[in-house]
Amino acid sequence: MKLRVGHLYPDYLNIYADRGNIAVLARRAAWRGHELEVDALSVGDGVRPGEHDLLYVGGGQDREQALVADDLAAKADGLFRAMETGAPLLAVCGGYQLLGRSYRDLHGADLPGVGLFPLETVAGERRMIGDVLLECELEPGVRRTLAGFENHAGRSRLDPGAVPLGRVLAGFGNDGESGEEGCRVGRAIGTYLHGPLLPRNPWFADWLLAQALAHATGEEPSELPPLPDDLEADAHAVSARRAETRGGRFS
Amino acid sequence: MRLPVPLAAEIAAARAAGRLSRLAGAGGGTTVPGKLLWKLDPGAVDRLAARLPLGSALVSATNGKTTTAAMAAEILRPRVRLAHNRSGANLVSGVASTLLEVRDAELGLFEVDEAALPEVAARLRPRALCLGNLFRDQLDRYGELEHVAERWRGAVRDLDPAAALVVNGDDPQVGDLARERPGAVVFGVDDPRRAQPSLQHAADSKYCVRCGTPYEYAAPYVGHLGDYRCPACGHARPPLTVRARAIELEGLDSVSFRLELPDGSRDVRLRVPGLYNVYNALAAASLSRALGASADEIVTGLERFGAAFGRFERIEIGDRRLLMLLIKNPAGANEAVRTIATGGGPTHVVIALNDAIADGRDVSWIWDVDFEPLIPGLQRLVATGDRAAELALRFKYGGLDPGAIEVVPSLERGLDRGLELTSAGGELVVLPTYTAMLALRKIVAERGFVRPYWERAA
Repeated sequence: MKLRVGHLYPDYLNIYADRGNIAVLARRAAWRGHELEVDALSVGDGVRPGEHDLLYVGGGQDREQALVADDLAAKADGLFRAMETGAPLLAVCGGYQLLGRSYRDLHGADLPGVGLFPLETVAGERRMIGDVLLECELEPGVRRTLAGFENHAGRSRLDPGAVPLGRVLAGFGNDGESGEEGCRVGRAIGTYLHGPLLPRNPWFADWLLAQALAHATGEEPSELPPLPDDLEADAHAVSARRAETRGGRFS
Repeated sequence: MRLPVPLAAEIAAARAAGRLSRLAGAGGGTTVPGKLLWKLDPGAVDRLAARLPLGSALVSATNGKTTTAAMAAEILRPRVRLAHNRSGANLVSGVASTLLEVRDAELGLFEVDEAALPEVAARLRPRALCLGNLFRDQLDRYGELEHVAERWRGAVRDLDPAAALVVNGDDPQVGDLARERPGAVVFGVDDPRRAQPSLQHAADSKYCVRCGTPYEYAAPYVGHLGDYRCPACGHARPPLTVRARAIELEGLDSVSFRLELPDGSRDVRLRVPGLYNVYNALAAASLSRALGASADEIVTGLERFGAAFGRFERIEIGDRRLLMLLIKNPAGANEAVRTIATGGGPTHVVIALNDAIADGRDVSWIWDVDFEPLIPGLQRLVATGDRAAELALRFKYGGLDPGAIEVVPSLERGLDRGLELTSAGGELVVLPTYTAMLALRKIVAERGFVRPYWERAA
């Protein structure tokens, strides 16, 4: 079946190889007989709820983030309503920050946020850079790891009771202190992890695809047929080892 | 001139340390003396540089600084004795080591790391500064492009008013640095036949440096380098002082172009390929001219130039040949891919991905490289290096049949596998990241096929 992906600002927010995430979703869908159709939703384009089965927002440098912040705030209503239709969303790094309530940069300037994730981000002096390993439990009782790389000055503080994407096993995470990384609201996931994230974490790519298929069919998400993921498992293992041996830590 | 005693003593100690490091087999020892001198007395670098009778010239860029400086050295060498950090040790310590090593130099010619440029410029007070380009590169090490650009603006502001500034006008951020220095030399490419059909994915400075509107490109050449104009505020490529026209790309062997200088034009044929080397040649020509070289000297030097260390190297290995092209960031790797893909591209290739600090610990950049032109002709990819599996995934999700991918993390075994796949008389293309390139050269040197870089004659 055809899955429609809305890729927000591919021309502005693409700093950490976000197109790798899209390529993984497209191939893994195709290998199961589904076709991924990707629409760019850039400055001036509206988000029409129901039109997309998956939304993706990548990361950008400060300058690019500032260039899209106002436009993204104008898309807030469309994004909220798309979430209500059950469309999954993945936001990475800069995209994750901008979907929080607000982002304050190093000079004290505030960028408006969408408010989809219950968090606020304030830039700190020291960037948090390094390999990261998380443990996630997206389905009750099913614990799996995500391996990635983080590079952010922003410290994101979740509201009390907000749900993180995972627990930090190695690395900094949201703020280097809480032991939490990312945020989850229903089928919307925000995270600092790039790498890009999906090639070396195929289970998470499949989780997103399963949610997208559920949105397209109107049925409950079900597990996708397995694929040969030996290379992916190798890459995950190397990345996880990197996080364990040289992941970020405040001294 | 007599040196103050302490400096002379420091120099002697530091030089001895470099010899010891080489004797101990710890590699080139190219930065050991400089690091020691740096520890003993940071100001010594300034005093050493001040002794150069003709002063110093600095070259910086994300891509091409080693090649540009090597080309300029080829042009200038017949005219002056140079202190040149040719092996790429381009931090303050590397510059210090070079100054220590070369006792009777007249002119300093240094390639300088982008992030180290402000400090090196402040210490050396260069008489000429050549700035090539700014691309996203090792974001885990350099931070965001905009921060590097901001520090370069500071370095240009602090330049001696009499110093010559040479900039690449085709890069919006870099070209803009010429605006406040009326005498600046601006170089660029003017040959729309060589333009890309559209901006590459890895293009970085796509938005107007003034107002943020996307630029319109009459001709994008390499990444975001090209002939641009902002449709909103009119910010555009500055007028060119030195330009390349009539460019002929001649496969993997060479590239020809007409070099237009303010006082006439010359035909140049480089013995290295690719449009990106035309940019390096323009930078070297413009810098050399600012340092007094004639058009004849420039053309002779450029045509004599072979290749800079590890950037584009052919090494004979028995009855086979190795062609090594360094890859280190999306823009540079795109040009390496474009160069080897012209003429069909190889049927097998070795790509070596390491993730040490000098390579960038964050390997996400490989997903921004357009490797796709290689895929249709590729029968076998040997993915090697510490992050071989990640590289294999890049090609798997780029559409290469997983059955055509071999993951061989050991560089030595990866190289041997590549050679095994190469028929007698054939050429094996290897694309390594920086530390993988050093390791591969070492392996090949130990087998007696190439001399260690610190022993290579000038």
